Parts: sequence; C-alpha cells; structure tokens
Amino acid sequence: METLSGLSAETITDLKKLRGALRLRLLDLYFKANAGHIGCSLSCIDLMICSLIAHKKDNEAFILSKGHAAAALYVCLHELGELSNEVLDTYYKNGTTLPAHPAPNRHKGIPFATGSLGHGLPIASGIAKGNKILDNGQFTYVLMSDGETNEGTTWEAAHYAVNNKLDNLIVIIDRNRLQGFGSTDEILGDSADAHKWKAIGFEVTECDGHDIEEIYQSIETFKYRQNGLPKVLIANTVKGKGVSYMENRMEWHYLPMKPQQYEQAVEEVQTKYNL
Amino acid sequence: MKKYTFTEKKDTRSGFGAGMQVLGQTNPNVVALCADLVGSLKLEAFIKENPERFFQTGIAEANMIGIAAGLTIGGKIPFATTFANFGTGRVYDQIRQSVAYSNKNVKIACSHAGLTLGEDGATHQILEDLGLMKMLPGMTVINPCDYNQTKAATIAVADHVGPVYLRFGRPVVPIFTPADQEFVIGKAWMVNEGTDVSIFATGHLVWESILAGEILAEKGINAEIINIHTIKPLDEEAVLASVRKTGCAVSAEEHQIAGGLGDSIAQVLIRKHLAPLEYVGVNDSFGESGTPAQLMEKYGLNAANIVEKALKAIARKNS
Repeated sequence: METLSGLSAETITDLKKLRGALRLRLLDLYFKANAGHIGCSLSCIDLMICSLIAHKKDNEAFILSKGHAAAALYVCLHELGELSNEVLDTYYKNGTTLPAHPAPNRHKGIPFATGSLGHGLPIASGIAKGNKILDNGQFTYVLMSDGETNEGTTWEAAHYAVNNKLDNLIVIIDRNRLQGFGSTDEILGDSADAHKWKAIGFEVTECDGHDIEEIYQSIETFKYRQNGLPKVLIANTVKGKGVSYMENRMEWHYLPMKPQQYEQAVEEVQTKYNL
Repeated sequence: MKKYTFTEKKDTRSGFGAGMQVLGQTNPNVVALCADLVGSLKLEAFIKENPERFFQTGIAEANMIGIAAGLTIGGKIPFATTFANFGTGRVYDQIRQSVAYSNKNVKIACSHAGLTLGEDGATHQILEDLGLMKMLPGMTVINPCDYNQTKAATIAVADHVGPVYLRFGRPVVPIFTPADQEFVIGKAWMVNEGTDVSIFATGHLVWESILAGEILAEKGINAEIINIHTIKPLDEEAVLASVRKTGCAVSAEEHQIAGGLGDSIAQVLIRKHLAPLEYVGVNDSFGESGTPAQLMEKYGLNAANIVEKALKAIARKNS
C-alpha cells in the first residue's frame, strides 16, 4: 500500500519509529556526557530522519550547518551504520572524534567543520555548484537553524544559489523561533521568514517540522521540481520537542539534564512515541 | 656580488594571470572564482579560454571562500581570488573553519597586498595577511618576488594538495628570475652567496635586497641574499646554513614586522642558532595614500634601509 508521499506504509511506520528511538538515544548521549544543546537536537531530529536518513543517497552530501546539534548528526550516522556503538559511546569524551561541534574528516559523512554559524549554506552551495558542473544528478542537503539566518554569509550564499540556478540544493531551516539568548523576533526579527527567501528567488515550502510524512513529501516534491530554483523548506519546529519541560524553553539550548529530569524525559518520550 | 639585470618590468599579478592561463590549458580540475575584481586579478585570459570554469561570486568574499571549499568535494581545485585585504582578514573565520581546519584543497590567491597598492590608502593595504595566514595550521603561504616567479608559483600550487595562500601585488617591478624556473614550494632560492650578513627577503623586497647587496659590495661587505618565497613551510635549513656562515641576518618584507617573515626567522634562530637579526618591515602602523615608491621610502621598505639594517646587524655581531 502506498501513502500520499509515495512511501510504503511500512517505511512511514519505520521512519516514525525512529522519532522515538533516536530521541531516546539522544537523551542517553546527552545525559551520560552531561552536555548541553539537547533542545537543539530534539528540534531538528525529525528533519534529519527525513533528509539525512530517508532521502539522502550514499554519495550525496548533507551539511549540518547548525553544528551545535552535532549529537543529532551522530545518532543519525549511527542509525545509518556509519558510526559504530563503540565510537558513539566516545561522544564528548577526551580524545573523541565526536565533539560537541562536528570535527572534519574524521568520519565519512562529516567532511567539514561546522558550528561556527553561517558557513553551511556557502559550503553546500559550492558542493551543489560542483554537482551542476558534473551534471551528476546529485542533491545537496543543508540543515540550518533559524538563528543562523542572522548571519550575512547565509544571504550571500542565497543570492549565489539563485543566480546559479542551483535547483539541486535543498536548504532546510529548523525554525523553532528561539536562538542563543532570546526569541528570533526579539533578537533580529524572523530572518527565516518565507517572504524573504521568496523575494530572493528560492522555491519555498513551509511545513510542520515534526510531521514525518509532511517533511518527507516536501523534500520529495522539491526533487521533482528541477526548475532552476534552489529550494528551502522552512520547517516550523519546537525546541526540545518531545519532552514537556524542554519544549519552547530557551534554557534547554544550554542545560544538561539532572538524573530526575533524564528519567522523566525518557518516560515521556516512550509514552509519546509509543515505545 | 652576482650581477642581476632586467629588461622588462611587470606586475606580479600579471604573473598570476599568466600562470592561470597555463593551468587553464593543462589542468582541467582548476577553476577560478572572483569577487567582482577579474580585471584587477588579470583573469581575463583564463576566463576567455575557459568560461565554464570561471565562477563569479559577486562582492561577497566570505561566500566565495565557502563556495570554493564546497567545490573541492567534486574534485575541483578552486582558486579563490580578490584583493589581499578582502581575501584574508575580512574572511578569516571562513578560511579557518571551511578551508584550513576542514583541510580542503583551496588556493586563496590575492593581489594588491601591502603598501604598493599606493594611492588607494590604508583601507586596502593589508600588512597583516602573511601573519594571519601562517598562523593557520596546515596553510601553505607563498609570496613570490617577480612576474616569472609568480607565474611559476601559481602553476606549482595547483599540484600541491592542501590549502594555500598565494600573495602578489599591483606595481610593475623588475623581472629578474628565469622564465623557465622550477618553483619548489618550501625551498628557498639563493640569490647571492655571501659571508658577512644574511638578507632574507620576500616579495617586492627581493629586488630591493639585490640593490642593497650592490651598495654593500661597494663598501666591501659581502651579503648573502636569499629569497624566501615560501613563508610557510619555512626553509629552516637554508636559514640556518646561511646564518651559521654569516653570523647575522636581516629580514625584509612588505608586511608588519609583527607576525611576518622576520618573526618566523627569529623563531628558528632563537631555537637553533642565536644570532643578531634586524627587521625591515612596517613597524606597528597602518599604511596611507601615496605612490608606491613614496610609501616604500617613508616606511623604510627599500634598499637604503636594508643597507642600514645590514650594517647594524654586522655591528651587533662584532660587538
């Protein structure tokens, strides 16, 4: 049986199962490491399930421009079999190849250092331009935060992508409306606003950034629209999605969990995602 | 003193343009990017012959560095080009994260470095770029001295795998190195063998050092002149072999004293062979507007000051 998105019901079910399974893995990683940024990873993990895990082909590039959600990248690469259990267990530890922000060239799938914000879209545009020259039909995926759209390089690259007709470039913005120390509205205004991207010349789709079918289908549609326009998926998300006390709370950009908080979070995720 | 003559003067940036034209014909992976300064970078011939291998990025240098880094994924060898000021200091984090730390095969090729940009003034005269670039782990830093050497260096860096900063300039200067030279990255070039003082010069200051060597010879002083075209990795063996012989040294560069070639040489001498070293460079100052010759004289980047510093180094050695 095929669903609206063209995915089999089984595949949809499997991807939906990953929402809970990868959240539990994230909670485990962050708790053991006593690390912050859990809210940022929970915000974008559903986007990464659909792009990095479901859509991206082996030889295509995925750039996590919001490098502070590195743990979400690591659990996805682990799910894809590119990181072993042993390597994943070293997250955040002394000498690890999996630091809080992605280190380059240590693992397949992480060719660039990211986390210094605003570098992902220029890099991805360069990769997409290279793919255009080679005419190899590859797509390039880049996941950005909405706070990151404050950076000027984002807009330099956006103009470049439009002028170079990079319709093989798929930008995904994790629009949770919270950035470092305030809401995006308070800090600099909503620079992830669809009108701004449309005005520059992007093909824009907005979606619920936690609805697996909607995200998957939006990207699928982009791939069939080879019309010269670069693509941006503005995904409306909730920071800390899945854990009640973290949702829409700015402090979970930074806080590590205490034991009781960890236990509650695990329980909530198990219940919410039917695990 | 070995005699150096020249029949022609040209700008080193034209040497870059000529090198790019050769690469356009010989290396299909080489591509060029420019932030709206193609005329200044002398890229016209490359673009005319390889229009599909030239990428205009607009006046958006930071994005140009990111695009160049991304292009390496498909196996391209991108030359990202603009003025030295905008290609280094302005975009330092882009180079640091996406090129140097990510170890990507990007060549950052910049013209209009140093004071010899002239009348445009201090906003455009970067004197910190060698220091900025040499501090980045894994970055190769090259500052050739004339048209022929710049052309040869441009061709050589395309074959070198890894990030490179290649620096050149706008004014016409004597062409005194061979047209058929082999450019070896990291290998200093012996300009004149001598015994009394070592002059380590880079870029436009190499010709001034030759003039200084002739003045010193008239005073009975036999100066060894070495062209350090590769600031990093520094040819430490050449530096040490020379200073062990002469016992004192002068560094000469169109750059801040702080963080430049002279400081790299000082580090070698401090660690391995203590000897007096005098600096010819800009002393903690921005530039200003003027003709290149006026500025080089005012800031002491000429033969007369190299002679003065050489005499001082020799006096210190003998004191």
